[in-house]
Amino acid sequence: MKYQDEYRDRELVQGLAARLRDLASGYHGTMTFMEVCGTHTMAIYQYGLRGLLPPQVRLISGPGCPVCVTPNSYLDKAIACCRIPGLIVATFGDMLRVPGTTSSLMAERAKGADVRIVYSPLDAVKLAAANPGQKVVFLGVGFETTAPTIAGSILAARQLGLKNFFVLASHKTMPVPMAALASDPELAIDGFICPAHVSTIIGADAYQPLAHDFHRPCVITGFEPADVMQGVAMLAAQVVAAESRVEIQYRRAVKPEGNPRARAILAEVFVPCDAEWRGLGLIPGSGLAIREEFAPFDAERMLALEPENSREPAGCRCGDVLKGKISPFDCPLFASACTPEAPVGACMVSTEGTCAAAYKYGR
Amino acid sequence: MCLGVPMQVVSIEGTDAVAEIDGVRREASLMLLDEEVVIGDYVIVHAGFAISKLDEAEALETLAMMREMFDPEDMA
Ligand code: SF4
Repeated sequence: MKYQDEYRDRELVQGLAARLRDLASGYHGTMTFMEVCGTHTMAIYQYGLRGLLPPQVRLISGPGCPVCVTPNSYLDKAIACCRIPGLIVATFGDMLRVPGTTSSLMAERAKGADVRIVYSPLDAVKLAAANPGQKVVFLGVGFETTAPTIAGSILAARQLGLKNFFVLASHKTMPVPMAALASDPELAIDGFICPAHVSTIIGADAYQPLAHDFHRPCVITGFEPADVMQGVAMLAAQVVAAESRVEIQYRRAVKPEGNPRARAILAEVFVPCDAEWRGLGLIPGSGLAIREEFAPFDAERMLALEPENSREPAGCRCGDVLKGKISPFDCPLFASACTPEAPVGACMVSTEGTCAAAYKYGR
Repeated sequence: MCLGVPMQVVSIEGTDAVAEIDGVRREASLMLLDEEVVIGDYVIVHAGFAISKLDEAEALETLAMMREMFDPEDMA
């Protein structure tokens, strides 16, 4: 039961596009839908879905890439960890090349820092268990999809009685910035393609305030091309009918209540906090901090970090790209000074970044 | 990083499962799931954890709904 081929079927995708054209044909003006998940950004570029849209429908990319929205101040802290002698930094691979203010994890590794790429935060726990004489810091970045896996690894480390496993946490949560973007008159967002895998955890109900209080249609959409097309058609149908509801297109994986066990584990370890987003600034209540009870696993509390003064890279328009205000093609550095091989900003580094997707598929 | 991949569970030991897609096998902790998972089920695996079980009946129903949204005959 993968159904990947079925959901990629050309005829089906084109049929759904025709349905969308029908729906939009009588509509005066433009409907703008924002996707806030890097995997959607990739899918939309990769399958050329913009080319199938009627002129009334416009898709813009928002702050959906967790690496991209992580500000330089965090990267500089991670780089400061690298410089503590004998310490092992464990990270997901896509953080490696992201530039901080003057260095990157990769540059630190080349200079001798012990930086290891892991597939799962549990691998970092195993690393700590296998190296009792060394401290291991895991770089905890990501949205509600990733945060429960980090919470799970902290619980696992506690169960093993580890005293040398730490998380440098900078998790962010999704519905909060969507409300901020919905209120931005310059963006004029008419609806949201809600993230698929974040929603497996938080559930459809988490978007109710956006639909009710902000009157923005929300459709939780899967990642295959037919999923995206159907999701956009469902949004267009709501706009045409002047309705705003939360609907689930990705019903094979998402439930109204989400995943209660994952949410409970998340709440056991983390507590909501204010968070700094690259491009969006400080958004109250949009982050997750490690609870007091788990302080022994919190790298910020337990290690004396001395990061450098952080600055954002000059000339990079990541902030406007992340808000959907400009497309990567509007950035003067795009594909000239800034390429995946020599990225200036985070949006060009991560495979889910809008600039990286535009570079790979969009030119 | 946010990549979650649908994979089929091929073995389970306590809360530790192994899941497979296209011949690639990954460890997948079941600690975040309430639902019971048995060998042969499809789950979404993200960063070493199964975060959601895929519902086959819903997968088929979504496809049926998509096909209902348009009539392929009209497309010729
Ligand atoms: S193209 Fe490069 S410099 Fe321009 S916004 Fe994107 S990441 Fe920043």
